[in-house]
Amino acid sequence: MSEASAHMTRPIPAPAVSIETKPFWDAAAEGRFLIKRCTECQKAFWYPRAMCPFCMSAETVWEESPGEGVIYTYSVMHRSPTGPYAIGYVTLNEGPAVLTNFVDVAPDGLAIGMKVRVKFQPTEGGPPAPVFAPA
Amino acid sequence: MSIKGKAYLMGAFEHPLRDAPTTSTPQLHAECARGALIDAGLTKDDVDGYFCAGDAPGFGGLSMIDYMGLKNVRHLDSTETGGSSYIVHVGHAAQAIAAGKCSVALITLAGRPRHGGRRPGAGMAAAGGGGALSDGPPEAGFENIYGGSTHNTYGMCAMRHMYEYGTTSEQLAWIKVAASHHAQWNEHAFLRDVVTVEEVVSSRMIADPLHLLDCCVVTDGGGALIVTSPEVARSLNRPKVRVLGAGEAPKGPRGGLDLDLTHSGAVWSGPRAFEEAGVTPADIKYASIYDSFTITVLMQIEDLGFCKKGEGGKFVSDGGLISGVGKLPFNTDGGGLCNNHPTNRGGITKVIEAVRQLRGEAHPKVQVRNCDLAIAHGTGGSLGTRHCAATVIMEREG
Repeated sequence: MSEASAHMTRPIPAPAVSIETKPFWDAAAEGRFLIKRCTECQKAFWYPRAMCPFCMSAETVWEESPGEGVIYTYSVMHRSPTGPYAIGYVTLNEGPAVLTNFVDVAPDGLAIGMKVRVKFQPTEGGPPAPVFAPA
Repeated sequence: MSIKGKAYLMGAFEHPLRDAPTTSTPQLHAECARGALIDAGLTKDDVDGYFCAGDAPGFGGLSMIDYMGLKNVRHLDSTETGGSSYIVHVGHAAQAIAAGKCSVALITLAGRPRHGGRRPGAGMAAAGGGGALSDGPPEAGFENIYGGSTHNTYGMCAMRHMYEYGTTSEQLAWIKVAASHHAQWNEHAFLRDVVTVEEVVSSRMIADPLHLLDCCVVTDGGGALIVTSPEVARSLNRPKVRVLGAGEAPKGPRGGLDLDLTHSGAVWSGPRAFEEAGVTPADIKYASIYDSFTITVLMQIEDLGFCKKGEGGKFVSDGGLISGVGKLPFNTDGGGLCNNHPTNRGGITKVIEAVRQLRGEAHPKVQVRNCDLAIAHGTGGSLGTRHCAATVIMEREG
């Protein structure tokens, strides 16, 4: 097994950055992982947006997160020209589930419940994107 | 206001092509429309309501209405919920008819993914790059960059279902086996070979834990439906299929708290439809269940109440879904898993086969005896991110 397939990597295209989410990507470029929290209902949520999806409050703030959590589910995609890669959800310690790729792990090394931590992977012409690796 | 008994499915047509190298998408739509109108005994000038989704080219319904020469349309609806759109449309058509907004509603679907149309896997294309700010779907930057496709997002659901409920690949395989038993009798089916559980679980892995044979077919083609008022239905010389109830329900990650990928929007759309129809899952004689993947069927059967949550694996095993053998005959045309999944959207063929069953016009080898009550249910979008569940319950009149 080659190094690439032993530790799944996949080229990530440039993310779509909007005026609403630009602070997230600017922080990502500095290696900081931000989530959004509502100051009305106090809940953290994902994906980041201006309005709270739980109480519709506009009083939401960016919050730096250590980006730690556990794998909720995953699937290793085998039908891929760049080799197998894993997509899945991480449940952050703050609560929200985040869709992501799992890296630095072999295809058969993943498990639901595994502890993972965020890292940033360069993208093709855009800001770096959050991915998760075994903690 | 209820739609119960206010509308009838009087025309249904499934295009015989599964590979359409020389027929355009608008032409396929129109051929399906003509087929459904002939089936009902109506003409295009009777059509006063037109329903289509994102597969219809050109500003919702505008291009196809003009192409087909529909002159009397007074009600349009281009609700787009992916593959379940056409099940949603049956409910919306019944509402429009009940409100007097139209009396003959035409619903069409068509496309050619085998010949340059959309292909599966392209569902979550990235939209960024170039430095310009995007103003597209709000989740795009956070989801579309991770290589999500229908295969692996449904794979994520299957993985979690297995984790929580002990569901096995062998149990999922039984769903494909049942579909293949039905497809062998369908001369138009894309895949007609009967397969075994062993063949399904030993087929190549596509996206864990889904194998090649857990996935539906990719076909060109299309279908159409005609929904009419009771007055129009009484004037037609066709078996009458009455719409009893309908439900629809979108579901998404909803901020990411309490994410649960083991259930679908059917937990809401199903009860809405059953309540309106005044029947229960135990009353249903035949079920068309959207089968983009085997896991899609398993989750929806549980969510609709045909068995308890988590017991779907046991329910579908040992031929549980095979007509004449099991408790719940499903997808007797072979479904999306074997027969047809035109332009990657299986909603309309679900309604078409339910109409065939209620008319007694399914293949004799799969026709359900005394089939007087049926359900057609689908999921459009992605089970793993955001989708819309749609349910329609129909009965044979007389």
